[in-house]
Amino acid sequence: MAASVTPLAPARGYDAARVRRDFPILATSVNGHPLVYLDSAASSQRPLAVLRAVDDYERHSHANVHRGVHALSQAATSAYEGARERVRRFLNARATREIVFVRGTTEAINLVAQAYARPRLRPGDEILITALEHHANIVPWQMVCEQTGCSLKVAPIDRRGELICEELEKLLSPRTRLVAVAHVSNALGTVLPVKRIVEAAHARGAVVLIDGAQAVPHSRVDVTALGADFYAFSGHKVYGPTGIGVLYGREELLAAMPPWQGGGEMILTVSFEKSTYNDLPWKFEAGTPNISGAIGLGAALDYLEGLGIEAVAAHEAQLLALTTAELARIPGITLVGTAPHKAAVVSFTLAGVHAHDLGTILDAEGVAVRTGHHCAMPVMTFFGIPATARASFGCYNTEDDVARLIAAVGKAREVFG
Amino acid sequence: MDLKELYRDVILDHNRHPRNFGTLDSAAPGGELRRAEGHNPLCGDRLTVSVLLDGDRVRDIRFEGSGCAISTASASLMTEAVKGRDRAAVRALFDRVHTLLTHHDATPDPALGKLAALSGVSEFPARVKCATLSWHTLNAALERGAATVSTE
Repeated sequence: MAASVTPLAPARGYDAARVRRDFPILATSVNGHPLVYLDSAASSQRPLAVLRAVDDYERHSHANVHRGVHALSQAATSAYEGARERVRRFLNARATREIVFVRGTTEAINLVAQAYARPRLRPGDEILITALEHHANIVPWQMVCEQTGCSLKVAPIDRRGELICEELEKLLSPRTRLVAVAHVSNALGTVLPVKRIVEAAHARGAVVLIDGAQAVPHSRVDVTALGADFYAFSGHKVYGPTGIGVLYGREELLAAMPPWQGGGEMILTVSFEKSTYNDLPWKFEAGTPNISGAIGLGAALDYLEGLGIEAVAAHEAQLLALTTAELARIPGITLVGTAPHKAAVVSFTLAGVHAHDLGTILDAEGVAVRTGHHCAMPVMTFFGIPATARASFGCYNTEDDVARLIAAVGKAREVFG
Repeated sequence: MDLKELYRDVILDHNRHPRNFGTLDSAAPGGELRRAEGHNPLCGDRLTVSVLLDGDRVRDIRFEGSGCAISTASASLMTEAVKGRDRAAVRALFDRVHTLLTHHDATPDPALGKLAALSGVSEFPARVKCATLSWHTLNAALERGAATVSTE
């Protein structure tokens, strides 16, 4: 089975074998086999550059930020704020005031739900999402609906897992106050036409939040060119640490929002009668932040830019095409999510073998994939399946990884005869 | 990790041809029909166990739903094993099954009979919940009458 994988011409100038050497964990053996890591959409691995940046900070520069005149506090503050500037450049935001550090995409969306939507929305108002959202871009809005009496509308997808954009546009109405959409579907890999969605929403006066967790590792994101009002992503899906993420928000929107958590850092003055709040972005960063996480994220973005996002994306697109073609040749395989424009994700089922069993067999062969509903239960319901197996790619995957996946799927067919 | 230990022929057979698959609709005279649902949200496994009780004894049992090979085969084997037993015996059997699933290198208790085919699960801790879902569901049916149980 492995021999049937036809190598494609490598992406020009991209040396995945060299990239792999930057990721020490990829030398791990799993169940007696060299690890094949195909679960980057759940969490990517970290290159040495990130591990070293975090280690260096912990060894030489750690102190609390924005709080001391002593040397370490200043070093930590400068590294933390340097990471914010790094993120600003990465997203092409206008100002670091628009870059809020959060725990991850989930927290970013909850922040917007509670500090933007909740105080503004009224019964009769509508929030519009799509049928392929991750639970993190569904549940926070359902909570706002319960809190305010507004309602949630869902734009449908077709059998290929593609958003039916015309239907989304039909659902946009003067009642639509906020549109929240994924940039790339985590379960299906579909890339959404976010620019078109932003323009359509703005034409009707709605604000747009884009869940960029699955897009940022695979494409250049320019929030200014996109015209996004809010854009959220997680560090750990873009080769950075866990527990750090980013909410980009247009300055005028962030400035008009009340803080969502109170505490240190987010205040200017506190008395028992009244406190005044800090400037952007610190107004939204109550408590000591994840300093080492932010520094690690900055290093991860440096690393990714060093490889070249376009080069990484081209390499991943080749792996995606190869995997799709090889899987499609296996009897019993059904690809779930076949939109023409996809990024780095292949979801599939194998007839007669439940995804959970498939995951166990692949793991026994050293191949790590995600199995289950991928925190997108409505997507599974739409396709009438309980779960899929999902292989997802990062900058370090190779054609050999694809061959090992295909061979392991063959093994599953053999076990289940 | 030996896949053949997990996916034994007995398991694959019961997955492909589950025994006592279906539901019990109406109680026979003197019998008491109990039903419970089990759900493992992590993997989406969902099954319903129907039990016809004759006093304290399981006179008949069916299960239906969808799940992985381990949960389907475990449910199928369970229905065969508990038919005709009283509640205390079912509980004792579940204890034995639980020990089998969670203890490395446990020598299968001879009282387990065909259920011993599940011994490979102990090598795959992530799959223990698949194998116990039907048992927890049966327990709920026997103890509380009707309920939804979750293994998460």
